[in-house]
Parts: sequence; structure tokens; C-alpha cells
Amino acid sequence: MTTAVTEAPAAVTLSGVSKVYGRGGTAVRALDQVSLAAAPGEFTCLIGASGCGKSTLLSLVAGLDQPTSGEIKVGGRVALMFQEPALFPWLSAAANIELALRARGVGRAERKSRAAELLDVVHLSGFGGKRPHELSGGMRQRVALARALAQEADVLLMDEPFGALDAMTRDLLHDELDRVCAGRNLTVLFVTHNVREAVRLGDRVVLLSSRPGRVIAEYPVPIQRPRRIDATAVAELAGTITDRLREEVSRHGK
Amino acid sequence: MASSTLAGLDALDTQEAAPRDRRRLAASAWAGLWPKLAAVALVLLAWELVHLTGWKKFVLPGPGVTLSNLWQQAQASLLWHAIATTLERAVIGFALAVLIGALVGATVSRIRPLRAAVGSLITGLQTMPSIAWFPFAIILFGINTTAILFVIVLGAAPSIANGLITGVDYTPPLLLKAGTLMGLRRLSLYRHLIMPASLPAFVAGLKQGWAFAWRSLMAGELLVIIANQPSLGVLLSTDQDQADMASVVAIMIVILVIGLCVDNVFGMADRAIRRRWGLMAGSDAA
Ligand SMILES: Nc1ncnc2c1ncn2[C@@H]1O[C@H](COP(=O)(O)OP(=O)(O)O)[C@@H](O)[C@H]1O
Ligand SMILES: [Mg+2]
Repeated sequence: MTTAVTEAPAAVTLSGVSKVYGRGGTAVRALDQVSLAAAPGEFTCLIGASGCGKSTLLSLVAGLDQPTSGEIKVGGRVALMFQEPALFPWLSAAANIELALRARGVGRAERKSRAAELLDVVHLSGFGGKRPHELSGGMRQRVALARALAQEADVLLMDEPFGALDAMTRDLLHDELDRVCAGRNLTVLFVTHNVREAVRLGDRVVLLSSRPGRVIAEYPVPIQRPRRIDATAVAELAGTITDRLREEVSRHGK
Repeated sequence: MASSTLAGLDALDTQEAAPRDRRRLAASAWAGLWPKLAAVALVLLAWELVHLTGWKKFVLPGPGVTLSNLWQQAQASLLWHAIATTLERAVIGFALAVLIGALVGATVSRIRPLRAAVGSLITGLQTMPSIAWFPFAIILFGINTTAILFVIVLGAAPSIANGLITGVDYTPPLLLKAGTLMGLRRLSLYRHLIMPASLPAFVAGLKQGWAFAWRSLMAGELLVIIANQPSLGVLLSTDQDQADMASVVAIMIVILVIGLCVDNVFGMADRAIRRRWGLMAGSDAA
């Protein structure tokens, strides 16, 4: 028997992707020649200063917008989570999830039980009947996660999903996210401006430059899971990345 | 451990609101009611004072005479008959206006090029006082109910269409992104996202449309007098011919009360939606 090294096809590939908003003198070059590949099941964190094109990159991958040049390949379905939960306020938590199932053509009877299962996955079993405004920010974000999972996506895009939460809730949601991703073979692109969060969660951290956004460094994260955000190893790598990030940002001050 | 900490946080975050017991309900009903009662008392007081000064005392009756006139009319069937006729016209006219307004609004909001043209047409229609349409309507349809309904629809439909268009326009872009990514397309996007999201603006449009409909109807009933069909407008103009001021004011009170009641229904619908969506001022906004 021969052991052939078969390169698994990447779940997400960006080759030479640029995005320019507007035209003429007021044109903004948000992304410049970004090339990036994420393997199936890989958790990639994208980090960069605010305004460097992180959200732009995700909406291009999600197909909400077209790149000005370059090519994007996505293998499978995509779900996107925003910093705000973006739940429909007129529907209960369970109904929000059921709607995502319905959009995929899941039958009525199955929708109910699938939604209950998904609420259980995010530890919100008792809260299906609540409307979004009756839940805390962290709980809403978990409903949004359950809704994203309901889309049975292969690629999960997350745009600073925990950016508006308090530290304690955020840390707990990191654990939740680890648990949800394990065993689902989800490919995740996770955008954040919090370096520690990136190191805590990612298999790999990709650093983007500011204006225009470009990949300037990549850091594999060889830290064993389960990880804690206050672990020494996490802090050390985060320190290295922060230094590089500061260097990049201060380039703009000159 | 983590999941139990999470459960603890959730419990802390979702303190049950203190149950609304009967006394608190009564208190909030009273809080909504007393300013209205005070307003009525104020009007009656001012009216009585004017009456006491003796200004125009031969034509202007005091509140006592007027209210007892109203009470007497309420004992006879004529007033109720008139109210029934008027309300029937209001219901049919408003229903037609809702149907046409919603159809136009839905079509216009979907078809971009139509948008600019029909948009300014709607605004133009809204600035046209509906009473100015009556000569046109009477020549077109004759002195009959159709003429009245025609003007009601012209008065109310633009507001309703406008409400719907505004609602569609202001569907939050973030929700639109979420819905599209979820796989909601065309009709299902309309049904599950755009329609519910535009409900508050649509209800506001209904409320404004009703105000226009009620004004148009009253103007119509005063201008388009149909023989053998007593309506509130007919009663008013008969009273005017007989210079029966007490009865005129009594009918005006009826018209005011009906208008306010229906307006209140839309107000309640609006509040119910806001409560459901968590948009009430004072409730947890975070
Ligand atoms: N729809 C848009 N039209 C014009 N400019 C935009 C648009 N979206 C983003 N930009 C610009 O592109 C740049 C990158 O934005 P964004 O992707 O939101 O950055 P980030 O998410 O990293 O903060 C910013 O300078 C922003 O002003
Ligand atoms: Mg952003």
C-alpha cells in the first residue's frame, strides 16, 4: 500500500482579491491583492486595525458583494454572523431558527425538533419562546449562532461576533464556540481586532495591513486545546502579534 | 462547569419582569385615561363660562342643553340609523383604500423605475384637499354613495401606499443581509422579512389614512346629500337648515367620538407591535 499525500481541496480560497469602493478621486481601495486559503475544518482568525477591510473581505466571501478583481472560491454553503445578532425582532428565538431551516426547505414537523436541538447546542433550551429583546446580548448572539448552524453551512464567517459583549460572557462564548466547532468540521473565518481572542480561538492568525488591506503576516497557533484566554502561551503569542500590529499601525502615523 | 456558569449568567440576565397585577394594570389604565377626562372637563368648563357670559346666547346653547339634546337623540332610532349609514360608508371606503393603497404600495416598492414617478404622484395626491375632488366625483358618478367612496379612497389610499413604501425602504439592511444569506429569495424574502419589517410604518400609514378617510367622508356627506338616506352629514345639514345649534353640536360630538375611537384602535395596534418587538420606551432597550 502506498500512502499518497492527498491535498484536501481548500474550503475557501482567495487569489489576488482586490476591492475598490466608488470610483475616481473618492475611490477607496479596501482590499489589495489578498490571497488566502482556509482548509476544511480550519479556524482562521483575521486581525487588523479598524477600517482595514475585514468586513469587506467577509462580505465578498459570503457573496454579498463582488470583488473588483481577483477570484474567490468557496466550497459549500456559507453562513455569516455579525457583531449584532441581526435576529428578526418579530419572531421568537425558536422561530428565528426555524425560519433559517424553512429557507433551506426543511419540513414543518422537522423544523420544530431541529430548532429545539440547536437551542440545546447553545445551552438555551428554556428560552425558545422568548423574543430577542427579552434576551441578553450574549444570549442573542448564541441564538444567532444556532441560526447560523441551522443553515448547515460548511463555512462559517464571523465578523467580530463577540465585540459588543462583556469579558466574562465573551470568554464563556469562546468555550461554546470551541465545543460547537469540534466534530462539525466547520471552516471558520473569524474577524476580530482583539489579538488575544484571535490566539485563543484560531488554528491560525492572519494579520492584515491597513488601507489598503493586505496580508502581511500569518501565525500558526500551536497551542493545545482546550485553551484559556489568560494562559501564558496565549499571552506570549498575542504579545508577538500585537507588536507586529503596532508596527503596522504606526507606519500610518509617519 | 462552563455551561453552568453560562446558565447562571443567563438567569441573571433575564430577571422576570414583575408580573403585572390587577392594581398596576388599573393604575396604568387610569394614567392613560385621566388626561383625556381632564381635557373633556376643561372644554365643558370653558364652554359653560362662555355660555354664562351671555355671548350669542340666543344661538349658542350651553353644555347642559346640548348634552340633553344628545341624550334625547340617542333614545330615538334616527341617530343610530345615521351612524350605521355613515359607518358603513367609512368601513367600505377605508377597506377599498387599504386594498388599493397596499396594492399600489407593494407594486411601487418592488419596481424601481415606477418608484420616482408614482412617488411624486402620491405626494401630489396627498397635498390635494380631498373636498376639491367632489365636483369631479359628482359629475363622474352622480349624487350617490359611489361619489363619496371615490373621494374617500383618493384621500386615504396615498397615505396607506406611502406607509407601505416607507416600511419597505427602511427594512434594516443588516436584516436584509441576514435574510438573503439564510436563503430567503424574492417572494419568501417579502413574506418573511420585508412585510413584517414594514408593519409599523404600514400601521402608521393606516392611521393617517383613516384620518383622511374620516375627513373626506364628512365633507362628502355634507356635499352629496342623498334623499331618504339619513347619515351624520345629512343630520348636520338638516340641523343647519333649521338653525338647531344644540343638535348640530350634539352630532359634532358623535363625529368626534367615532373618529377618536377608531384612531385609538390604530394607536393600540401600534403599541402592541412596539411591545412585541421590544421598542417600547422605558422597557429594556439594550
Ligand atoms: N459600502 C462601502 N462603500 C464605500 N466604502 C466602504 C464601504 N464599505 C467599507 N468601505 C470602506 O472600506 C474600508 C474597509 O472597511 P471595512 O471592511 O468595514 O473595515 P473593517 O471591517 O476592517 O473595519 C473602510 O475605509 C471603509 O470606509
Ligand atoms: Mg468591520
